[in-house]
Amino acid sequence: MAVRRKPTKAELRRQRMEELVNFPLDWLEERSGLIGGVRYFLFRNVPADVNWMQTLGSAALTAFLVQAITGVILAMYYVPSAATDPATGKPVAWESIVNISDGVFMGWLVRGMHRWGASVFIILMFLHMGRVFLFGAYKYPRELNWIIGVLILVMGMMEGFTGYLLPWDQTAYWATVVGINLNGTAPFLGPWLAQFLRGGQEIGGETLTRFYSLHMLVIPGAIMALIGLHLYLVIRLGVTSPPWSKDAAGMEPEQEEEPRLRPGLTRPVPRPAGASALQAEPGGRE
Amino acid sequence: MEPEQPSPDTEHESLHEEQHLPPPTLWPIGFAIGIVVVLVGLVINPELISSIGAVIAIVFGFLWARDATAELRGQPLVVEPERREMREAGEGMTAPPADQQGVALPPVPETAVTRSRFLEGATLGLGGVIGGLITVPVAGFALLPSFLSQKQHKVDLGPLSTFPLNKWYIATFTVDPMQGEVSRRTAFIRNNGTVTDSKGNASPSFTIISNRCAHLGCPVQANGPTGQKFTGNPSITEHTDNGRVDLESVLPAGYGCPCHGGQYDPEGNRIAGPPVRALDRYAFEVDNGRLILLSTYSVAKVVGTGAQAKIYKYKQAGPGQHVDGPEQWFYPLQPPHH
Repeated sequence: MAVRRKPTKAELRRQRMEELVNFPLDWLEERSGLIGGVRYFLFRNVPADVNWMQTLGSAALTAFLVQAITGVILAMYYVPSAATDPATGKPVAWESIVNISDGVFMGWLVRGMHRWGASVFIILMFLHMGRVFLFGAYKYPRELNWIIGVLILVMGMMEGFTGYLLPWDQTAYWATVVGINLNGTAPFLGPWLAQFLRGGQEIGGETLTRFYSLHMLVIPGAIMALIGLHLYLVIRLGVTSPPWSKDAAGMEPEQEEEPRLRPGLTRPVPRPAGASALQAEPGGRE
Repeated sequence: MEPEQPSPDTEHESLHEEQHLPPPTLWPIGFAIGIVVVLVGLVINPELISSIGAVIAIVFGFLWARDATAELRGQPLVVEPERREMREAGEGMTAPPADQQGVALPPVPETAVTRSRFLEGATLGLGGVIGGLITVPVAGFALLPSFLSQKQHKVDLGPLSTFPLNKWYIATFTVDPMQGEVSRRTAFIRNNGTVTDSKGNASPSFTIISNRCAHLGCPVQANGPTGQKFTGNPSITEHTDNGRVDLESVLPAGYGCPCHGGQYDPEGNRIAGPPVRALDRYAFEVDNGRLILLSTYSVAKVVGTGAQAKIYKYKQAGPGQHVDGPEQWFYPLQPPHH
């Protein structure tokens, strides 16, 4: 057995720190595989010649997350009631929006982020869509991801439509009147769809609560699920090379010695740092 | 660290594992029923029904415990192996494989439902039933209220004497006081005097045009001056059962929509822009000398003016929907209106 140099104090301290950091990560990995999954997601291979254009999808995702977070905060102060406040004679919903803008600390900022971020989200989705189209990234085997992306775009527009009513001012009201009546002119089911959206024959309090529920529960839930699917397919199918790439699209680099297996099978589970040290000393412990 | 080896203890356990399995028994089901009866009794009749449930639970609990501890108490276990009915080999059956003839496997009918398949089907089926039981009321709750009990609102616009002959007024009123300001509506009203029908019955005639644009529902405005200075008639505010009613005198040369530029003549006929038909009108009745607005109906076009006008009436349709011509076939079924 080789004689080992005794580790210095600094080395020991460093080792202890590493153990301290690694322990919770290893604990989690051992029980869930989450750390490996996140590492696989973040450190996967992408073509060498990817382009800044290919960050547009992540940008759109970030815009959506901003909408989700600011939306949650706004929901803490917004009141979706068309009733008239007897003290002021103004609708409660509209007053709560005024309160968010003028009364709540930094409310103007959060509402502004949500209001302008909505446009940013839609614009980024369109730019991302254009990039995918121009790069030909919608082609086999990624057609399904294009379809999911279109669904996300439609859902995003429905968010815009339902969110527009919530301030409950003249613009909101008449824009929604026109929007619902546009739906109402669709053949056959249009009148029924319009009446469902209004929650009756006329726009009123029920329309407001209905749009609020759609805006903050139903559609965001659908968008999150679709984004999950979208990302799953991105990871499974990989990122496309730009059209000017010298590498033929979809080709793997030179075959590695070990055949590539499905993720999760080849990657060793990271062992605790302490465990490997112990194993290196045969006979050190029974 | 030694490589893991099965310790004597675990080996022993695995060898005798089968004997630790309790025999199938119905006692727990009876016990569960007893508990349910106790809980139901707590709601309905704590003294009587809960006591009955408690007795059931105790009796079955005792039997269950006795069964479960039989082995510990040294009583031999009688475990009946699961059996399937033997059937004579015949059509639809497979004979046991030749090399296993000696084992005498019973022939399994090809159509037999295996245990796992039955459980799979039962899980899916029960899951479907439960899903349906949850979905149907929830979906109904989400969809139906939009279409049910659309009650008609009557709006009292005040005594007939408020409306001078052949003068136009812009009336603004609250359709549903419960809904408040959001149900404020506007109509253009003209008193056409009395009209006598072919049988000689005289009845008052009013032209009451809704200001909802027949394009996409924006509020059309009267094209023309308002107020006493131009019309010679004062504007009036009344208070009726429906709350405040504003009557503003006006001299309309027609109506225009601010949203997309639809234009109408004073009778509500479309003369320009995207609307697909004439403006809707309100039905009305006269009750105790007061003008009462009823529900609206749609109008394809109006020929003539005032009391002599021929109105091409249709059931109320949403803005943008054709009521005549081939395009009406796109809207064969209208949702229930009042």
